[in-house]
Amino acid sequence: MDAIATYALRLGDDSLILGQRLSEWCGHAPALEVDLSLANVALDQVGQATHFLNLAGELEGKGRDGDALAFRRDVMDFTNCLLVEQPNGDFAQTIARQLLFSHYQELLFTALMGSKNATIAAIAAKAVKETSYHATLASDWVVRLGDGTDESKARMVAGLDWMWRFADELFVMDEVDAAAIKAGVGVDKASLRAAWETRIDAVLADATLARPAPRRATTGGRIGRHSEHLGHLLSDMQFLQRAYPGATW
Amino acid sequence: MSAVSAISDTDRIRAILARVPDPEIPAVSVVDLGIVREIAAGTVTITPTYTGCPATIAIEQSIREALDANGFANVAIETTLSPPWSTDWISDKGREDLRAYGIAPPPKGAATASLKNQTAAECPQCGSSNTEELSRFGSTPCKALWRCKACAEPFDRFKCH
Repeated sequence: MDAIATYALRLGDDSLILGQRLSEWCGHAPALEVDLSLANVALDQVGQATHFLNLAGELEGKGRDGDALAFRRDVMDFTNCLLVEQPNGDFAQTIARQLLFSHYQELLFTALMGSKNATIAAIAAKAVKETSYHATLASDWVVRLGDGTDESKARMVAGLDWMWRFADELFVMDEVDAAAIKAGVGVDKASLRAAWETRIDAVLADATLARPAPRRATTGGRIGRHSEHLGHLLSDMQFLQRAYPGATW
Repeated sequence: MSAVSAISDTDRIRAILARVPDPEIPAVSVVDLGIVREIAAGTVTITPTYTGCPATIAIEQSIREALDANGFANVAIETTLSPPWSTDWISDKGREDLRAYGIAPPPKGAATASLKNQTAAECPQCGSSNTEELSRFGSTPCKALWRCKACAEPFDRFKCH
């Protein structure tokens, strides 16, 4: 894959893996409204993934579509950031991940609306409207849990503390980003960081929480170095196509 | 084909599609929901409401079946993402159909972020504006769950988008 196809692949993988993770909550969330919310966010992410991965397959030009990329790649070929593959943990940990990711995604998609790749621009313009709902949902819950009981606060703090180490990777740039930026297709992710921090700090202040202590950043997802968790996620998500290759219904 | 018959075909296709219901909200047609963007001589262009809306595939199938059944098997269906669908494209008739079906329609101009979710929904049962949001995410991607404090009925509200 060339840099532009890889750029689309990374966008798609982030959405796909987060969508799959969130769908694990379906039927298990603490309340019906939460169950509906998380399932809806999952659905939006999977929808974005379909568009981005179809595009990556087209740009690659080897006859692979979004389904082939989702279901017939091995773990080391996935390019999602480590944040989205983190286990759901308890509800607070899930919400912590959503807070960090959705605000990033909303800023990213807003910037990508100006992409010279018309398909990426169109997907971003459409998806950003959904992503703003996700960011609001996560922010509301961080405030509710953080400024809630001793128990909910302790869990919110622990959830943020776990997820925080994966935030740096969202803004890391490499030669794929450089090539995409040069072509006018990609955006400077590092430049989104200040706005992201402002948003996160505002939510944390509302939630009476402090920023988690800085940690050494954990990165590597973009080049296929994943945590053990992703393999388990894929074994579930890809089961049917692995057991019955090419199955359709 | 003469220009005259091409125009009448377009009108006929529009009339056919105006009878194709949305699979999730059968009270409203795909035309009134703003899903059908353009009807040209050989092509119908549609746009999905939400990126991940599972009804997107069913909608395309329903449109295909309606076209095939009415002698337009040669008319292609194209999907476009841009410009992104907005609730402002729901027609006045679509809004009334939604209300009659028990779903509070989105206010016009609601697609702009500043208006999002800030106005109280009008209860489709009793018309009261004394309502509250229970959950911003509802039974489908396009709906939020609300409750009327006047008549105590819960109801769906079409999300501003």
